[in-house]
Amino acid sequence: MSGLVASDLAVARGGVPLLAGVSFDVAPGRALILTGRNGIGKTTLLRTLAGLQPPLAGRVAPGGERSAYGAHADGMKATLSVAENLGFWATLHGAGDIAPALAAFDLDDLRGRAAQHLSAGQRRRLGLARMLLTGRDIWLLDEPTVSLDRASVARFADAVRAHLGRGGIAVLATHVELGIEAEALDLERYRVTGATAGQGGGDIFAEGAVE
Amino acid sequence: MIRILSRDVALAVRAGGGFGLSLAFFLIVVVLVPFGVGPETAVLAPIAPGILWLGALLACLLSLDRVFALDREDGALDLLATAPVPLEGVALAKAGAHWLTTGLPLSLAAPFLAVLLGLPAPGHLWLAVSLLVGTPALSLIGTFGAALTVGLKRGGLLLSLLVLPLYVPTLIFGADVARRGAEGLALGPPLALLGAVTAGCVALLPFATAAALRVSLR
Repeated sequence: MSGLVASDLAVARGGVPLLAGVSFDVAPGRALILTGRNGIGKTTLLRTLAGLQPPLAGRVAPGGERSAYGAHADGMKATLSVAENLGFWATLHGAGDIAPALAAFDLDDLRGRAAQHLSAGQRRRLGLARMLLTGRDIWLLDEPTVSLDRASVARFADAVRAHLGRGGIAVLATHVELGIEAEALDLERYRVTGATAGQGGGDIFAEGAVE
Repeated sequence: MIRILSRDVALAVRAGGGFGLSLAFFLIVVVLVPFGVGPETAVLAPIAPGILWLGALLACLLSLDRVFALDREDGALDLLATAPVPLEGVALAKAGAHWLTTGLPLSLAAPFLAVLLGLPAPGHLWLAVSLLVGTPALSLIGTFGAALTVGLKRGGLLLSLLVLPLYVPTLIFGADVARRGAEGLALGPPLALLGAVTAGCVALLPFATAAALRVSLR
């Protein structure tokens, strides 16, 4: 199976070009970690890779059909239980059993609980457990470790390692050290330096935040 | 697709899903009419089919802004778009779920409310039939409108403005079927046209809805 290839990719959010000339090639079994300050376009790049929005220029191969996208908005319904939520996505993706996903993120004890009664970290684990049920080989994850405790971050890293071990690909936008062997891609050098008014304001704020 | 439909129905029926809301609204509208125009059967009976259809139509409108907005808020729409289900299928399932939780209960409740407005007896059956045939079109058109306005905050009012003109053919033929049924006239042509509008909506609108969703996802 081929890897994830982006060639000369340019992405825009809300009509403002953010990144241009992004090229990478992630082989099966490898991970890519996207870094860069807030607002540089990590989420936009991931959404483009997932096929949720068309690139401004360049191309991605394959398109969205092999990738699973996981963002902070996890699509879990508050009034459905953990098992019902996962069961829905499992049948949608043709995956049979949700038990391995529950076990991988330590959700067994919570399976009957409504998603609205979960803590932020538990809810995050629920969202990540969905990735295992998609059966897709390219994982695109946007800030996957937000609100996870240390043990859960380790579980997540294990899940990603197991996914890579199966020949999967992972692209993660994160600033947390996961202990996964991965190439890092700093998006700073692909930033579009336009004379847009909005971006000027953003720069000042970003410099203050970084230093 | 069946799975999306059953999930949406389950969500609507559970607490906070707004299942009874449309039905209660329909009931209140119909109960209010005699207060407005007087309780005489001679006045109420001729306008009953139109009032009942209008009430059902407005009740349908009430829950439309939830069709895609909730899924967009919690990210489920993105995930559905990347799932191995065509967006056209998602659109059809969403419209189906909306009909099952709105159109179907409204159609079944309408004959009982028709009694309140003094609709003559043979009209009750035809009223239910006309609503059963016509309300799927309302759900499909509404789902299309919901897809167009899903990216907007507080898109509910705009949604109503977009959707209501498109409801006109269904309203005309639907109310006509119910009126002719009550008067014992031949109702073949309006019923056939009502069915045609619904069939056309089933065939075409899922594609339009999916196209609108694709644009709004960007």
